[in-house]
Amino acid sequence: MTIKFPDIDYAAIAPLLIMFGVAALGVLVEAFVPKRARHLTQLVLALAGLVAALVVLVTQAETRVVTAGGAIAVDGPALFLQGSIIVLAIMAVLLIGERSLEKGGPFVAQAAITVGSEDDRRQAARADGATEVYPLATFAIFGMMLFVSANDLLTMFIALEVLSLPLYLMCALARRRRLVSQEAALKYFMLGAYASAFFLFGVALVYGFTASVQAAPGRMAGGVDFATIHAAATQSPANRALLFGGLAMIAIGLLFKAAAAPFHVWTPDVYQGAPTAVTGFMAACTKVAAFGALLRVLYVAFDGARWDFTPVLGAIAILTMLVGAVLSVTQTDLKRLLAYSSIANAGYLLVGVLAGVREGISSTMFYLVAYGFTVIAAFAVVTLVRDADGEATHLSRWAGLGRRSPVFAGVFTFILLAFAGIPLTSGFISKFAVFGAALDGGQTWLVIAGVITSMVLAFPYLRVVVMMWLSEPGESTPTIAVPGALTAAALVIGVAATLVLGVAPAPLLNLSDTAGQFIR
Amino acid sequence: MEQTIEYAHATGVLGSVWLLIAIPLVSSAVILLLGRRSAKFAHWLGTAAIGAGFVLTLIYFFSLRDQPNRAVERNLWEFISVGNLKVDIGLLFDPLSAVFCLLITGVGFLIHLYAVGYMAHDERRHTFFGYFNLFAAAMLLLVLGNNYVMLYLGWEGVGLASYLLISFWYTRPSAATAGKKAFLMNRVGDAGLVIAIFTMFAYLGSTNYADVFNGVGGLSSTVVLLMGLLLLLGATGKSGQFPLQAWLPDAMEGPTPVSALIHAATMVTAGVYLIARSNAIFSANEVLQTVVVSVGALTLLIGCIIGAAKDDIKRVLAWSTVSQIGYMFLGVGLGGGAYALAIIHLLAHGFFKANMFLGAGSVMHGMKDQVDIRRFGGLWKLMPWTFGTFTAGWLAIVGFPGFSGFFTKEPIIVAAFEREGWTAWLYGWAALLGAGLTAFYMTRLWVLTFLGPKRWTEDIEHPHESPPIMVGPLVLLAIGSAIAGGLMASPVAKWLEPPLPHEAGHPEPVMSHGVITTLSLVLTFAGIGLAYLLFRRGTALVEQPAGVVVTAARRNLYADAFNEIVFEKPGIFLTRALVFLDNRGIDGAVNGLAAAVGGGSGRLRRLQTGFVRSYAMSMMAGALVVVAAFVAVQMGWLS
Repeated sequence: MTIKFPDIDYAAIAPLLIMFGVAALGVLVEAFVPKRARHLTQLVLALAGLVAALVVLVTQAETRVVTAGGAIAVDGPALFLQGSIIVLAIMAVLLIGERSLEKGGPFVAQAAITVGSEDDRRQAARADGATEVYPLATFAIFGMMLFVSANDLLTMFIALEVLSLPLYLMCALARRRRLVSQEAALKYFMLGAYASAFFLFGVALVYGFTASVQAAPGRMAGGVDFATIHAAATQSPANRALLFGGLAMIAIGLLFKAAAAPFHVWTPDVYQGAPTAVTGFMAACTKVAAFGALLRVLYVAFDGARWDFTPVLGAIAILTMLVGAVLSVTQTDLKRLLAYSSIANAGYLLVGVLAGVREGISSTMFYLVAYGFTVIAAFAVVTLVRDADGEATHLSRWAGLGRRSPVFAGVFTFILLAFAGIPLTSGFISKFAVFGAALDGGQTWLVIAGVITSMVLAFPYLRVVVMMWLSEPGESTPTIAVPGALTAAALVIGVAATLVLGVAPAPLLNLSDTAGQFIR
Repeated sequence: MEQTIEYAHATGVLGSVWLLIAIPLVSSAVILLLGRRSAKFAHWLGTAAIGAGFVLTLIYFFSLRDQPNRAVERNLWEFISVGNLKVDIGLLFDPLSAVFCLLITGVGFLIHLYAVGYMAHDERRHTFFGYFNLFAAAMLLLVLGNNYVMLYLGWEGVGLASYLLISFWYTRPSAATAGKKAFLMNRVGDAGLVIAIFTMFAYLGSTNYADVFNGVGGLSSTVVLLMGLLLLLGATGKSGQFPLQAWLPDAMEGPTPVSALIHAATMVTAGVYLIARSNAIFSANEVLQTVVVSVGALTLLIGCIIGAAKDDIKRVLAWSTVSQIGYMFLGVGLGGGAYALAIIHLLAHGFFKANMFLGAGSVMHGMKDQVDIRRFGGLWKLMPWTFGTFTAGWLAIVGFPGFSGFFTKEPIIVAAFEREGWTAWLYGWAALLGAGLTAFYMTRLWVLTFLGPKRWTEDIEHPHESPPIMVGPLVLLAIGSAIAGGLMASPVAKWLEPPLPHEAGHPEPVMSHGVITTLSLVLTFAGIGLAYLLFRRGTALVEQPAGVVVTAARRNLYADAFNEIVFEKPGIFLTRALVFLDNRGIDGAVNGLAAAVGGGSGRLRRLQTGFVRSYAMSMMAGALVVVAAFVAVQMGWLS
């Protein structure tokens, strides 16, 4: 028996390989590099790897190929989304690497030590943070990049696990409020596993469906790659309950990662408990990955079933927007507020996904990038507002911050205005793009819901603005720490991108439009 | 007489005609942006900018002779391009714009010069010159545009400058109020102009002068009437004509050079310019012309009557401006050759009225800002230059033979008598009566100010003549007042064609030319004599009880009271009603909605328990619903 190895286009998947290599190297660094030099080595390694991957990705910009035996598709959306993940991950790594705000950095040295014990107090006072966070982050980035270019459901599932498991661990690494952090990690892990089970069951059902369809006379299709699913779904009218049950469960798995209602329940707790840099990483990069995969599944595999899934997913989109917008009104913690805002944004992204036209793909991708920049900048500001107990995230503590530090209050105001979708910020352009695409696709009902919830959502943002500027600073108003070079760099990139994409969005819009074509 | 209007493209020297607007605009921007740092040189920069404008205008003026049709057009760049609507930033330099430019820059330069001295003790003199140059730039844009949108830009620009300058001393409540009043009443007129421009878009698809005037022949008379009436509304607002005359006298709260330049010589004549420029529209409809003539005749009498009852030197001059512009409206309303007469009277008026305003300013300068003519008297000996130059202006406005007013007002009166039928008698006699009344109230002003016994307030000991920088412009303007009548003898009237219509042989007046002139002279001298006899011994120092007519005149013929009752009171009521509705109705609904969202949010929040088991439950429930919905949709149960 001869085994035929699949052809692999190594150039096309080079960015993936680089990230995987960097992650593996990171593990070796943990083992062999002396403790003192580890942090710097890891930071440089991660950033260099990301930049190298980005450079290689740019050289591959024209590649359109399905490779590795049909497991990986390198096409316009895959490249665009991988590039977005890399750029946003660079910002997130900058935040993760910041050590000037707090002695030893925002991460704990040994997450497994019992909270409150003698050892714990000692490490809280002295020990440097765990550098394992870098290989974890790079593995997650690798998983996300694979997630958006996976061309069959099994590869997609593996990518999902590769990106999720490191994230669960990273959530538990907070130096302060360790119990909350551990609780968040455990919740995320349990619910994530639960959602993965749905995904996997969905894969099984879809396999069941394709296996019952004849691909050729006498031969059953029987596969979970997207081309086979597409062919089977357009061909056979039988057993469609299997197909749709499968699609529903796969969608549930993806919507969990995307934080869409009613699968959003983990989001506020995890966003609040995780170290803020990790929260920023999740809010930006995980969202790109989840929506990238969702776009691919819906547009490539289940393209023919659009009229059947749009009403249900549309209802989910509206529910997501409503839940996110309405619940953010009464939040009193800034990180929870941003979590609900991220839920609402998942709803707007779903509107773009469901547009069903090519502009839907490109506007969703534009939205992901624009939102990613802004949200990382927002969390960067959150890391700066501190008191003796670490970050001061309760809203009441931010009252009068404009008097204390007009520059940072001004920057945060700008970020909030971008979230609210005020013109001259990227928030306006991206909302405009997805709503415009949805109108072109005939999904007017989604746009109406989107505009109404946007109005509701403006209230909590503006409430923060009003608090910062129009309240008197109290005794307990925290100070704003001077950001280190890394945080400052991330903040500047995020704010500048928010402004540039609001004022001159045409280049990126054109790029996302050119890239907005899947291959099958 | 159908002929197509075309303008040559501006080349050579005339290609740079935009400099006329750019120079004062840049100067104004420099002064206003530098603020206090420009205080040392702002007045000279501002004056030099206008002086340069005057020199340039002269150059352009003389190179205009060689152009075909004596008109050139220059489209600088596209301003608005939306669908069929296309508006260019375009300029038109023809004889009509040219004479206005000469007036604005020439008289403007002298008034700037005067203001250097007059405003010397004001801390914000630099700001004043910044606004003053802004006004000049806007006014030049108004007369140089080649379409109605450009005209409107200038129109609003001068309105802004006028508002800023009237309330220049904004710490005085009266000045702030007067600025607001001018602004509001001008808005009424501006609304008319805007709607007129929209009407042009709607019916002609263009606002270019050439397109509009060529196209107006093809419009129904109703549209022309509507367009014309709306333009007229705009013109009455800017020029202080009935029914929007009430703001102009209050505008005298601004510094005196402002009153001279903006509210006498130039801006307030923009209405006359508008009608003269749009003569193709106004000549196309008889009813329209009659309305314009009526507005002019009525306003000139209103101005005279109120002017005769006022005791504030600047207000008397202001009402006299209202009245003189009434003459110009009468002229442009009569149509035909009278257009040119109105423009020439406008030029002469620019000289003599600026002259008298600056003279009044000179008197105030020496009398500690006193404006009450009952507290002047005997100033001729102490202020010989002011007295001499003011006298020239007085002789010009009353139409004393040999002075400009005689040559320029007389033909308008004759032209009024040239109308057909009984209207000739009506408008002719209105104009004649106006001439007599003008002589009366202007003589009253002159006698009470300069002649007779001293009636000064106690704090004034030695009134003094103004410094040379103020007297110099006065002398030049006085010379202008005396000889501007010579324009009638020159070929200017002929030269103003083609922008103004050709005089197609006038009908005979209902009375002979000689009779009219004699009557006019008799009335004028009667007015002068009567006023001299009444006031040569001075007058009471405070207001005396008077009959119905004088009281009415003192109250501005109740125009303010009318506005208050008809517009202000209902307006205030409407505002209050809307505020009530907004508070109770709209805000109530909005607040209720906000409370509902907040309440819903608070309740939903309780679902976020923090327990993984309940999270997993809600995900399970959601998953069941989603799968069920998918299957249901697929089975056709939902569709």
